[in-house]
Amino acid sequence: MIFGSAIIALCMLVGYTIGEWLGVLFGIGTNVGGVGFSMVCLLLLTNWMRKRRKLHAGMEKGIQFWKGMYIPVVVAMSASQDVVSAISQGSVAILAGIAAVCTVFILMFFLSKRGLLE
Amino acid sequence: MEIIKDLVVQNSFVMSFLFIGLVMAGCELLANRLFRGRVHASAIAIFAGLVAAYIGGRLTGGSKGIADVAAFSGVGLLGSSMMRDFTIISTSYGADLDEFRKCGKSGVIALFFGVLSSFVVGMLIAIAFGFRSPDEVTVIASGAVSFIVGPVTASTLGVTSEVVAVSIAAGVVKSIAIMIGTPIVGKYIGLTTPKAAMVYGAMMGSTSGVSAGLAATDETLVPYGAMMATFYLGLGCLVCPTLFHWMCSWLVGLLV
Repeated sequence: MIFGSAIIALCMLVGYTIGEWLGVLFGIGTNVGGVGFSMVCLLLLTNWMRKRRKLHAGMEKGIQFWKGMYIPVVVAMSASQDVVSAISQGSVAILAGIAAVCTVFILMFFLSKRGLLE
Repeated sequence: MEIIKDLVVQNSFVMSFLFIGLVMAGCELLANRLFRGRVHASAIAIFAGLVAAYIGGRLTGGSKGIADVAAFSGVGLLGSSMMRDFTIISTSYGADLDEFRKCGKSGVIALFFGVLSSFVVGMLIAIAFGFRSPDEVTVIASGAVSFIVGPVTASTLGVTSEVVAVSIAAGVVKSIAIMIGTPIVGKYIGLTTPKAAMVYGAMMGSTSGVSAGLAATDETLVPYGAMMATFYLGLGCLVCPTLFHWMCSWLVGLLV
């Protein structure tokens, strides 16, 4: 189990480092796509290990465990959002947030109607 | 009773497993019995989480939802961005590498249009509500992009007024709206393939919103959407304080 967790942690470290480095490169004080790079890293690493038969059942279980913990973590995350202040900042904030989401819904609707998402 | 309370507070991280487990169990029951499987249990659980966050915020006046209540402080740790990112990364295990390759170009286009559309919508609403300072309009519009891009843009432009709070709130409202809205409209907007999930994540941004929204729609789509959403944030931080700020200043200049 711990090896699986360690592999994810290693990928997180590598991906975050790339993200931080890109952030510095573009001169923005934030991590650019660190999680995304970590995901690519985990995908490539596990694929490579599987091909060389180095991915043991125990490691796989460790990764699967955290994959399974994902939804509970998301629920915990939603339970620790600042919902009160989001609602109490007034109509500008609420309208801007909801309108931005609806715009993407509409764009997605037309994209899927034109069959661009197959 | 007092003993149990102390134990829960002292071991709050482990106790958060119990708390979230109970919430999930209750929501599973609700989904099966009351909604007869038509509403995803995770969608109900995420909504229940938001309600708990509201109650926690009301009770304590803090900013971390239910996690500000001492007995539930472990929930804050379990739901921290560190754990969120760690588990999101683990979801990519078993995802199809070829799907990512196929989507490359449309993903990049979707990223740009996603950031642009949210920014423009936020900008129009800020202007409609009477904001006339180009910097302030930019900050609010960046909040509509994401609640991280808002403050990043504000600090780049040196804006410190209360519009920063408005911009963060806009971003949080956006991510909450994605969490609730995605499972509702998912079917109608074609959210059924990895490619659709990638375009969706790329246009929506907000890693928390997209990852929770997709989890409540179809769990297998999570890695595809979540990965693109993390690049959205980077692009937003890159273009909002620069390119989009110039565009916004020019447009607001035409109005005044």
